[in-house]
Amino acid sequence: MDVVFWGCAVGAVASGIAVFRVDSMARATFALLASFVFAAVTVLLVDLTYLGVLVILMMIMEMVIMVVFMLMYMMNPAGLMPMSMLHNKKGALVISGATFAVLATGSILVDWPTTNARRPEDPTMALGEALMGPKMLTMVVLGLALFATIIATVVLATHRGRYDRYGDRLDRKRPDDPVRGGLGR
Amino acid sequence: MTGYLLLASALFSVGLFGALSQQSIVMIMMGLELMINAVIVGGAAFWYYTAPERPDGQVVIVVAITAMAVEMAAGFAVTTAIFRARDVDMTDLAADLKD
Repeated sequence: MDVVFWGCAVGAVASGIAVFRVDSMARATFALLASFVFAAVTVLLVDLTYLGVLVILMMIMEMVIMVVFMLMYMMNPAGLMPMSMLHNKKGALVISGATFAVLATGSILVDWPTTNARRPEDPTMALGEALMGPKMLTMVVLGLALFATIIATVVLATHRGRYDRYGDRLDRKRPDDPVRGGLGR
Repeated sequence: MTGYLLLASALFSVGLFGALSQQSIVMIMMGLELMINAVIVGGAAFWYYTAPERPDGQVVIVVAITAMAVEMAAGFAVTTAIFRARDVDMTDLAADLKD
């Protein structure tokens, strides 16, 4: 188990670093996917089967969508020419290096508590019962947040909003649509 | 436990470097994702080693996964909106005043 964990840990960090090192945006996306899969395997090692598999499946879908966005928007998706899109690299290196030093020092020096409590036979069942029971409020808030995200992303990504259709003062009697149609138009 | 926390620290730091140094909005999102991934690894370790009898650690991971999905969706929508409005996908260009 230790060998698998350290292999995945090194793989996750190495592919995480590769995300910001490779020239190709598509390669960066798949490096990020590799980092997530390695990290999810470490989650699987601590008996969190459902959450580990959830992260892997979600990230595969997310990264495939991200590749499409890369091809749509980025100037160098295939990495055919070397390029750098960084700003303040030195400052970012110092800040992230200092952050790692502080976090790693805390991880090593703090005497973390251990427990002899009995682990649940089925952690997924425990999670489900918690979300549908005492942690219901968390689940409701997450659902609302996701619903609000759906509305916000559609509003942001839609080309024509209500101000385009009904004017800046929203006082246009008939909406200015390129194609007429609908009830009473 | 220490190994997991070291992994989470490294992932968080790499993500922080990306979020601070990248100009492309999509690459900044990748940095943020790595940082949230560190929260997932840390949450799993804390649940397993300190309080496996309580589901709180697992709930934290569910919240982190949801935050990751929301961040990704909102990021793509903002990229689409700003690309449509200004024809840019870089933060430095987006900060400039419109001609």
